[in-house]
Amino acid sequence: MKMKTRMLAATALAGLMSGAATGAQAADLTLCWAAWDPANALIELSRDFEEQSGHRMSFEFVPWPNFADRMLNELNSGGQLCDLMIGDSQWIGLAAESGHYVQLNEFFDAEGISMDAFIPATVEGYSEWPKGTPNYWALPAFADVVGWTYRRDWFERPELQAEFREAYGRDLDVPETLAELKDIAEFFQGREIDGRTVYGAAIYTERGSEGITMGVTNVLYNYGFTYGSPDNPYDLEGYVNSPGAVEGLEFYKELYECCTPPGSSDWYMSETIDAFRSGQVALQMNFAFIWPGVDQDANVGGDRSGYFPNPAGPAGHLAQLGGQGISVVSYSQNREAALEYIKWFAQPEVQQRWWELGGFSALSAVVEADGFAESQPYAQTFLDSMAIVQDFWAEPTYAELLLSMQNRVHRYVVAGEGTAQEALDALVRDWTEVFEDDGKM
Amino acid sequence: MSVTAIDRIAKATPPRVARKIHGLSDRTIAWIFIGPTIVLLLAVNIFPLLWTIYLSFTNFRANRPNADVEWVGLQNYQRILSNPEIWQTMQATAHFLFWTLFFQVLIGFALAWLINAKFRGSNFWTTVIVLPMMLSPAVVGNFWTFLYQPQIGVFNYVVGFFTGADPSGFSMIGDVRLAPWAIIIVDTWMWTPFVMLICLAGLRSIPDSIYEAAECDRASKWRQFWTLTVPMIMPFLMLAVLFRGIENFKMFDLVVQLTGGGPGSVTELTSINLKREAFEKWRTGFASAYAVILFVTVFGLASIYVKALNRVKQR
Repeated sequence: MKMKTRMLAATALAGLMSGAATGAQAADLTLCWAAWDPANALIELSRDFEEQSGHRMSFEFVPWPNFADRMLNELNSGGQLCDLMIGDSQWIGLAAESGHYVQLNEFFDAEGISMDAFIPATVEGYSEWPKGTPNYWALPAFADVVGWTYRRDWFERPELQAEFREAYGRDLDVPETLAELKDIAEFFQGREIDGRTVYGAAIYTERGSEGITMGVTNVLYNYGFTYGSPDNPYDLEGYVNSPGAVEGLEFYKELYECCTPPGSSDWYMSETIDAFRSGQVALQMNFAFIWPGVDQDANVGGDRSGYFPNPAGPAGHLAQLGGQGISVVSYSQNREAALEYIKWFAQPEVQQRWWELGGFSALSAVVEADGFAESQPYAQTFLDSMAIVQDFWAEPTYAELLLSMQNRVHRYVVAGEGTAQEALDALVRDWTEVFEDDGKM
Repeated sequence: MSVTAIDRIAKATPPRVARKIHGLSDRTIAWIFIGPTIVLLLAVNIFPLLWTIYLSFTNFRANRPNADVEWVGLQNYQRILSNPEIWQTMQATAHFLFWTLFFQVLIGFALAWLINAKFRGSNFWTTVIVLPMMLSPAVVGNFWTFLYQPQIGVFNYVVGFFTGADPSGFSMIGDVRLAPWAIIIVDTWMWTPFVMLICLAGLRSIPDSIYEAAECDRASKWRQFWTLTVPMIMPFLMLAVLFRGIENFKMFDLVVQLTGGGPGSVTELTSINLKREAFEKWRTGFASAYAVILFVTVFGLASIYVKALNRVKQR
């Protein structure tokens, strides 16, 4: 009887211990990101992680216009909803300085994850704070950049080519400069193609979140706009509102007025995609993440569309960086499991599969592999675009800096208030006030 | 002698509890009953108000709880009152308020007048008219953005049909001159039924005998309208204006869905601007001062208005 009791007790204890061990190993991880096409690819990719690790993955995806609001509120309130956060690149300063993200240097060292293995621009853009220092708060997760999509089938029509050549004295082809891009947009604006009126270009004009800033910077950078002097990043006067920057802003307004569809005064990613897919426009400005979707689209996919990097301007050749890094939220109760996910995600074979599913890997081994450039119709454009990236401020006060720019630029470009010089002068005043309040000036 | 409910409760009260209650004054018992409510009010109304007033004199940022908080005195108030863009949002709000109230009262009263005339199917039409106010403002804002689309929008098509204008030649929500009117049209479409219902209640509360007496005195319909109907329905109209005024002063969701405050900032009402300062820029101290200014403004205007309303009711 005594023996029987002991055996029962031992069995019960073993059962309890195994249950406890299982509980410690299998965590419920929640990954937070924006609600967009790549997020669906990540769900697919993460199934492998669930199988291998035994952890269960949940996802919290928020549409882009509300993404920053929702997720920054979550971080600022110390919320435990997200264990892993694929946060926007500009949040890195705030998230690092406020302690929202776990610093990953020790973890990277321990696991042999080297930042040298990733595209340098993505490491600086998505992982480092302060910029240019080896302090890493994220693993580059999704490389992205603003580029252009065009209707190759329209460009190749002989009658349109002849008409364009006669009007502009050159072939109707992928533009190399912003001036050429505007010519093409003008050429298509209001034209009848296949019995319907089409328009030149769908560009970013959105007011509420970050849209018009992510659009206009693609022109400003190439006309000579810089965020500050090379010696002092907070020395704004004469850089943000330089004569070149003013000219660039005027160009964007001209492009908006001459060559965009009617009613496109508040357009961001989804509206420009819709305009292109529905055959309304010849050119579309958008982040590269949409390219897999365009390629597979029933109306405009395959050979009917082509891709090209943001064209050069008179003072440079740059494009607005998008994309995000993946971070571990410091308020997470599942830190170990979250780090395990990052370790898994950093593996070259996982990154390769990520690319195949439609995610834009930032791992050099993937994007520099033989045959990568030919692996998709947009792969070469992606590589060319990632080589010319420039990002917006990533300061802790980035939200204020962004909203000021949204306000000033939208007022000038869309609402037609004042001049470009006045808009950029006002932007310098706004940014100066922000930096003064933050003790940076 | 019959046993009342109080007797039954007294009998059922356990002796231990009864001993405790025994000897308490009416005043004490009253305090016991209203105490929880007062505590709740202090916690959710008074404390946040006082805390907001305190924060309005600081540079506190809610997204940086670990940063030092400095007392900045009246600096936030000075910045707000000398900021031309904030005055611009005040102007946009005043424009929106004035015209929405004007149209809603005018059309709402006219509809109530028609519905009150009791014709065949009036109940059906009343239901149809009140449908818009049953919808969510976010939904209304969303589908009106489609109606306003220059290329596919029904609104532009209808305007083009009646005026001969090119439907894709104008953008209601993308043009600085038209956007303020675009939000007024939608709000009027949605909330005129509310004003109509209040007016209808007012019209139906006027006894027929008054009109019969006026008929005997050979008063014309026109005179009956101005000397009987309008004065008697005035308190109802003023009440409708008060409700709609307060609602539209804090208008947010409908306009955000429609225009996002744009183009530029022509439809950026104070509530949208305040939300940006508080929860996007995270200038909590500044936003608190902004909220205090708006609170004082609304409170002051509402107090004057309510006094006027009482005076009209006493006539």
